[in-house]
Amino acid sequence: MKTTIQPFIILLAEDEPADANLVKLAISENRILADLHTVVDGREAFEFLRRQGPRFADAPRPNLILLDLNMPRMDGREFLAAIKQDTALKDIPVVVLTTSDVERDIVASYHLGASGYVTKPVDINQFIDAVRQLGDYWFSLVRLPQQS
Amino acid sequence: MNSQRNLCLLAVVDDPGEAGQLQLAVQQIGFAVKLYVASDYLEALQFLHQQGERFQCAPRPDLILLDIKMSGQEYLAFLVTAKQDEHLRAIPVVIMATSELEADVRAAYHHGAAGYVLKPADINEFAGTINKLGQYWFERIRLPENCSICTDVARAINE
Repeated sequence: MKTTIQPFIILLAEDEPADANLVKLAISENRILADLHTVVDGREAFEFLRRQGPRFADAPRPNLILLDLNMPRMDGREFLAAIKQDTALKDIPVVVLTTSDVERDIVASYHLGASGYVTKPVDINQFIDAVRQLGDYWFSLVRLPQQS
Repeated sequence: MNSQRNLCLLAVVDDPGEAGQLQLAVQQIGFAVKLYVASDYLEALQFLHQQGERFQCAPRPDLILLDIKMSGQEYLAFLVTAKQDEHLRAIPVVIMATSELEADVRAAYHHGAAGYVLKPADINEFAGTINKLGQYWFERIRLPENCSICTDVARAINE
């Protein structure tokens, strides 16, 4: 019997191209079977999730969202607050991936409904390891809602 | 990563046999985690609100694990209560369940769960699952440390 393994869909909201590339590299280094889609701020993330505009007409529904906090136009906090109010999207887990280790940001992220908060390690190997642990949890240990 | 402080896990376990298994698995994790077990949701809420003589010194948990035997509305009611409470909603809640029904998985995330784990039947696998949970929540993930600012943050968000 032939079975097809579906890749996990990750939406990364990150305005810093170097950091986005690092996430891409870490996913490939860890051999995580995932399609990574990148948007540059919260507003674009909603365009992706709601399939608005020609660019996102065929956008898939992500299994997981990785969210930077500090972005222009709509930042991570505003995005989190809005997605967790949206009945059609609130069951997608959102993990904050940021350079901020300010306690207020950590508390606020969980308060707004984040399912994890990772401070980006500066060291590249540690960064790769962090993404591996994220992958182990979300794509191996836990059960996620199926694509609807 | 979290600092070297002792982390606190509150597990709500409706099967006494499983409470022992969980205790054993947490001991094997190797992280400094203190486990508290509540046998039902009412007791868990008393613990979280430090109600009654027994719980007046109860610590604020870093993580709540709901170990549920079947799909049901009772745990969802607890989840909703915790997530609507401004003092408690920042505490992540992970569900450990036997049901693989899509509706159950979706409902858990919809109501604010930070993970839905299938409970393994095998005791060795059970310890492995708890270990993996621990690696994510107690090793990799940053958790709030100073919850005296929780109310402050909630107020700022609501303004």
